[in-house]
Amino acid sequence: MKLITAIVKPSKVDDIKRALQADGVHGMTVSETRGFGRQKGHTEIYRGAEYTVDFIPKVRIEVLADDADCDHIVDLIVATANSGSIGDGKLWVTPVETVVRIRTGERGSDAL
Amino acid sequence: MINSGDTAWVLASAALVLFMTPGLAIFYGGMVRAKSALNMMMMSFAAIGVTTIIWVLYGYSLTFGSSQGGLIGDFSHLGLSGTLDQVVGAEGHQIPTIAFAMFQLTFAIITVSLLSGAIADRAKYGSWVLFVAVWVTLVYIPVAHWAFASQGGNGGWIIDKLGALDFAGGTVVEINSGAAALALALVLGKRDGFRRDPMRPHNMPLVLLGAGMLWFGWFGFNAGSALSAGSLAATAMINTQIASAAASMSWILFEKYRDGKATTLGVASGAIAGAVVITPACGYINPLGALLLGLIAGVAACYAVSRKYKFGYDDSLDVVGVHGISGIIGMLGIGLLASKTVNDTGQEGLFINGSFELLTHQVIAILAVAAFSFTVTWLIATAISRTIGFRVLRDDELTGLDTTYHAESAYDITGNSNRY
Repeated sequence: MKLITAIVKPSKVDDIKRALQADGVHGMTVSETRGFGRQKGHTEIYRGAEYTVDFIPKVRIEVLADDADCDHIVDLIVATANSGSIGDGKLWVTPVETVVRIRTGERGSDAL
Repeated sequence: MINSGDTAWVLASAALVLFMTPGLAIFYGGMVRAKSALNMMMMSFAAIGVTTIIWVLYGYSLTFGSSQGGLIGDFSHLGLSGTLDQVVGAEGHQIPTIAFAMFQLTFAIITVSLLSGAIADRAKYGSWVLFVAVWVTLVYIPVAHWAFASQGGNGGWIIDKLGALDFAGGTVVEINSGAAALALALVLGKRDGFRRDPMRPHNMPLVLLGAGMLWFGWFGFNAGSALSAGSLAATAMINTQIASAAASMSWILFEKYRDGKATTLGVASGAIAGAVVITPACGYINPLGALLLGLIAGVAACYAVSRKYKFGYDDSLDVVGVHGISGIIGMLGIGLLASKTVNDTGQEGLFINGSFELLTHQVIAILAVAAFSFTVTWLIATAISRTIGFRVLRDDELTGLDTTYHAESAYDITGNSNRY
């Protein structure tokens, strides 16, 4: 099993959610987060003073997937989150030892 | 005989002016970072409490008691004694002395509250409370006596001997707070991270709400200072509206030109700068004069607030730029534009009768109040700093004063929002 973690623009979250739902993905987790990459921060002006805000708002999406489905889901997220401009975010895949559904105690792929 | 219409207006005005201080707390509270927002608001509420107690015990007496050489009142009204059955005002426009005392109390409260903006996020709360008591006693009371205590030629030296004009507190409230704020900012030093870290206002809607409360309350401040419900109060009120509106627009026009964007903080700050500039002048100049002063103040204050980065003092919420500079412009504006057709008890300015006399008097009043306020405030703040300490520990400052000094948080933010 794999854990797919994507850091995306907040404006892309709804599109990604719809794309994953339409594709039959079992579940996803989102959290608001902040950070910087190549895009760096942005500038705000208060009473004439320019502030560079280094950490800009992003959303982290986490999806657990069977090995067989992983590449397909990754492609789907990348295609949906891509606007072609700087700041679209990153995505990485990590191996997962096991998954447990807390209610039933099911393990592995059954728990997805 | 008490004039009930005038009395009703002064009583209502007192309530309006008191409303400004919670408004200021919200205006300032929104402008600081979330971790010290409550502390910022608590500074204003301490000012309400402490100043009221002082005013009742001896503040009113020392401000409006019989003048001692034009410098200070006396102790004849300690505990507001001998005021309950008295009246003030001209024949036909008399109001109870106690209504006047209540109205004037609210001015003392807002003035000392204004200073808190200069030392946001870094003052020990207990030291601030002590500072409020000492500052009201040693700075506010004398200055208010000088400019407000008219006693038939034998009262405060600015109003009765010098003859400078200050309708609602350009010297007492605005220049006084601006000069004192500069001294406080210098004694306490810069916030950790000043000019390095973004110190963004944490809640701009709060800032706008506070600005609206201040704007609303300012009608009591300025029009109430007529101390009667007549044409002079009406003139003061419309002048207040004109100057605030004009300055809010000239501020954002200037920053749009300079910085590229018109900001909400700019429109709010401009409205305040406009109300400040017209505070001394609202009862002496005509509506077009108010428009002119408002337009000038919006641009001047917008320029002035950015100067602190060049000079390197951390007047965090721009008390010097918004109140000090606009107050000076307003006082000078009187020297140029004052007209007896607006107020026949006033005088005429340079542009009306060609004489520099009034303008000279205005300059003397500005310099005297600014120098006195800066010097005494610097001494008070230094004394507190060297004894019980005025600045918080660096750790507490970085953590935020809400949890470290008040054991509270402004916001309980739990979990994700349901935006997704």
